[in-house]
Amino acid sequence: MGSVRTAVIGVGQTRHVSARHDVSIAGLVREAALEALEDAGMDFGDIDAVVVGKAPDTFEGVIMPELYLADALGAVGKPLLRVHTAGSVGGSTAIVAAKLVMAGVHKRVLTVSFEKQSESNATWGLSVQMPFSAPLVAGAGGYFAPIIRAYMARSQAPRHIGHLVAVKDRLAALRNPKAHLHLPDIDLATVEESFLLWDPLRYLDTCPSSDGAMALVIGAEDVADAADAPAWIHGTAMRSEPTMFAGRDQVNPQAGKDCAADVYAQAGITDPRKDFDCAEVYVPFSWYEPMWLENLGFCAEGDGWKLTEAGATAPDGDIPWNPSGGVLSSNPIGASGMIRFGEAAQQVRERAGDYQVPLQTGKALGHAYGGGSQFFSMWVVGNQKPS
Amino acid sequence: MTNAPLIEHHVLDYPGGYTRSVGTAVSRYLTGLRDGRIIGIKIGDGRVMVPPTEYDPETGGALDEYVECGPAGTVVSWTWVSEPKAGKHHLTKPFAFALVRPDGADVPMVHVVDVAAADEMTVGMRVMPRWASERVGYVTDLEAWVPMSDGEAPTAAPANTAETSDEPVTGIAVPIRLEYEVNAGVAASKYLRGMAEGRILGQRAVDSDKVYVPPRGSDPTTGAPTEIEVEVGPNGTVTTFCVTNIPGLSELAPPVPYVSAQILLDGSNTPWLGLVQGLPVDDVRMGLRVRAVWDENLRPDARCLKWFEPNGELDAPYESYREYA
Amino acid sequence: MRDVGVISFAQRTAVKDRERNEVEFIIPVVQEAVAASGLGRHDIDFTISGSCDYLSGGPFTFVAGLDAAGAWPPVKESHVEMDAAWALYEAWVAIQTGEADSALIYGFGKSSLTDVHQLLTLQTDPYTVAPLWPSMVDLAALQASALLAEGDVTEADLAAVAARSRRDAQDNPYAVVSEAVDAEALLARPVTHAPLRDADIAPVTDGSAAIVIAAADVARAQCERPAWIRGIDHRIDAPHIGVRDLTASMSTQRAGEEAGALQGGFDAVELHAQFSHDEIILARALGLDAETRINPSGGALGANPLMASGLIRIGEIFRRINGGEIGRGLAHATQGPCLQQNLVCVLEGE
Repeated sequence: MGSVRTAVIGVGQTRHVSARHDVSIAGLVREAALEALEDAGMDFGDIDAVVVGKAPDTFEGVIMPELYLADALGAVGKPLLRVHTAGSVGGSTAIVAAKLVMAGVHKRVLTVSFEKQSESNATWGLSVQMPFSAPLVAGAGGYFAPIIRAYMARSQAPRHIGHLVAVKDRLAALRNPKAHLHLPDIDLATVEESFLLWDPLRYLDTCPSSDGAMALVIGAEDVADAADAPAWIHGTAMRSEPTMFAGRDQVNPQAGKDCAADVYAQAGITDPRKDFDCAEVYVPFSWYEPMWLENLGFCAEGDGWKLTEAGATAPDGDIPWNPSGGVLSSNPIGASGMIRFGEAAQQVRERAGDYQVPLQTGKALGHAYGGGSQFFSMWVVGNQKPS
Repeated sequence: MTNAPLIEHHVLDYPGGYTRSVGTAVSRYLTGLRDGRIIGIKIGDGRVMVPPTEYDPETGGALDEYVECGPAGTVVSWTWVSEPKAGKHHLTKPFAFALVRPDGADVPMVHVVDVAAADEMTVGMRVMPRWASERVGYVTDLEAWVPMSDGEAPTAAPANTAETSDEPVTGIAVPIRLEYEVNAGVAASKYLRGMAEGRILGQRAVDSDKVYVPPRGSDPTTGAPTEIEVEVGPNGTVTTFCVTNIPGLSELAPPVPYVSAQILLDGSNTPWLGLVQGLPVDDVRMGLRVRAVWDENLRPDARCLKWFEPNGELDAPYESYREYA
Repeated sequence: MRDVGVISFAQRTAVKDRERNEVEFIIPVVQEAVAASGLGRHDIDFTISGSCDYLSGGPFTFVAGLDAAGAWPPVKESHVEMDAAWALYEAWVAIQTGEADSALIYGFGKSSLTDVHQLLTLQTDPYTVAPLWPSMVDLAALQASALLAEGDVTEADLAAVAARSRRDAQDNPYAVVSEAVDAEALLARPVTHAPLRDADIAPVTDGSAAIVIAAADVARAQCERPAWIRGIDHRIDAPHIGVRDLTASMSTQRAGEEAGALQGGFDAVELHAQFSHDEIILARALGLDAETRINPSGGALGANPLMASGLIRIGEIFRRINGGEIGRGLAHATQGPCLQQNLVCVLEGE
């Protein structure tokens, strides 16, 4: 793809919690940025450009907060970009940063994404009542639950499949010290007994609301060659489609399929279930695991839930999905996509600690989506330099 | 009347104000203001900066050498606010915004100067803080800078009358109330005017037979304008739905549990989001045939289509709406 | 670096448009810019927009913009919460990677829905500055005050900029403010935001703009006289305005250096000066001499649709190069309090 081979050479993230009362917004993003720089053996002075991503500014009540954060992120005197592509933004932001290097414009780019949701409240932030519209949907769950119901009808998936994902990702998170939710006692019964928020979604089928930040340092080939354990970027792709149009498949959106096909072609992936060691995929509601298994071509349409049910996506399954615990365990919205991208990088760098998966192909997928399942961003990272 | 623009007042206001945790440096600053002191920090190039940040303004490097400044200062630049805004500006009569450099600091800070008229303001004028008597750990604890004549000594902050702890300030609530006059737009206005007549109006794409409702003014697949109006409904099919059990934050939100559904209105090609009532929530199902129920007071407002209720027809077969669900 | 040229441009502006919503502002500029590019919608490889949710009063308001972009089948698309000049920068980078040969860029915003000057207080430090509610104009006036205090610039100099902009805006159908006026007449008008007068302040404007850019082969095939991007760069200054020398713009100067803009020789320059004194500070930073033709369109003092206004500066230079009127021009975009962030783009004909 890009003319310059490019790799992730530093990864940093905060612990994700419901409210970081001890830091400012600047303090939050600096924690992630400084950890990523340390990992890369750099400081702010080594960085050529900074790319910031986050979801709507209404969450923190700061317009274009990257302006206020320019000095906190060492960006003064440098190029600073701000990306906003709804829920996919963390992934899109990493891709924009990577492209600056691939294009040969910069050698070392710091990219940071965050959300400090405790400054307001996610349900308020996502359900602002706009004029002329009727108040029909409370929070993101109210939007996605009907689409999940449509998937269940289409695939004839049993009702407990979502709950299996809810348990699996929370148990995985127990091995990730930075995950927001640590629920050691979770099991199928706990999920089934949790409050039915948006039928068919129960409380434990949904993601938490977190304060957190994620940062990556992305370097050009000559920089990455000198770095410890670079995660080489084998492909990047973004796709968007309108929110609603005649014939739109909301359950299995074309934009997601096209995005996956594009990034797989770049990275030489022909059978994602075999060619990846793991995938970090944006699953904010449990049912999105089987839905995205199909959308991303890990199985035939209609078979996603069977992989989940068989345990194929568990940390010890043949294709672990979200060994970090995923969005179901930590969700600082603007950062969640970049966390997926960064966790995929950590896996191929063998830096995932207690949730490291065994490496065979040395390749992993990072995925994010947003809006009404209409914005997609994906990358493939590997421990070998792309040919 | 019929062609007057449809405009609605819109308020964006997070209840209670944004809850901001302030971190180390801002905590030192706000705690200082509460104590009637101005705290700055030494930055990388040796200058003293107010307010402090825990990072250098040029390099981002860590800082931690706090310096008390002031209390007197000098106006570096200024402008005049002739009409203070209630709910935003804390001063109620005209005042100046200014960059004020406290003595002992090198970097001026943005704050206000309270004088009677703009002609009392000059660059270089000497000022001193007027402290609020009730100080809570907020930027307005320093109520305003006020002129200081030659030889005058700055007055110390009065004893704090606010009931606060001695613990450092860790958080503030910042009210942000924004008001908008939002216009519906050309396509939506036609749709909303249809509502005032109890009709649901969609628009047909120019180069396909697809009908969009609510209309957005363009065919989203091509971006081409849509102008051909088509009445759709009032009957439709529930293609999929959700039973919501958590109350919405808006006072307009329906009582729980309620069913919000994607409804394919007869004659349209996009699912339309609406409420379904008139039957127990457990009886709502995909394929249910429904009809629109209107408010008695018809008006150009989407909320006057109150909800959909069963119209008594047999359920639509899955295959008839599968491509929309 | 690949040669990339601007090949088409469209804009719309209005004062307090109460008919069209944001999406209805985008529809015509996208249609017009795509048609003028000579490319089919799906021959354009990359799509990107710039906008600000807060202008319209809710989260994710940019999402609806996609309804105007013709995004089916799905498109390679991105969005910056920045003036669309920065979207053009990202599109230029995408073409440099080789993954795209052409890109559609659009920016839009309706500044008239709220008190936009007061709204932009929320771009400042959320703990120590925003709670005092200095407006965008208040902060700019502090910069103007600092510039005047320095001694080299007078209120008459500000009025001269404002008067020239208003006169030039008379020839621009998209200007929302224009007037045959001289500096003396403006100086006689009241100071409204000391030391600024209304004519020193860009008008609140609703609007949109779209541009298509393309790599050399595509650009040459589609456009008789593309405006080639010879250099483009952007830089940011510290947010604390007290730390900066407000009489200068270090970020503009640095971006100008990196974009190869400091040797001058421009037939026309479009500066995104939202205040009269901005132009003086920017011209200094870019080393423009007194003869340089600045803002022949009337500039932002004639029309300033936020989120599109910076992109329009690039479009205005393109229009003049494309029409054969000029050979070499410079465009500038800014955002953030007191010229915090600046982009510089050097454009040339063949």
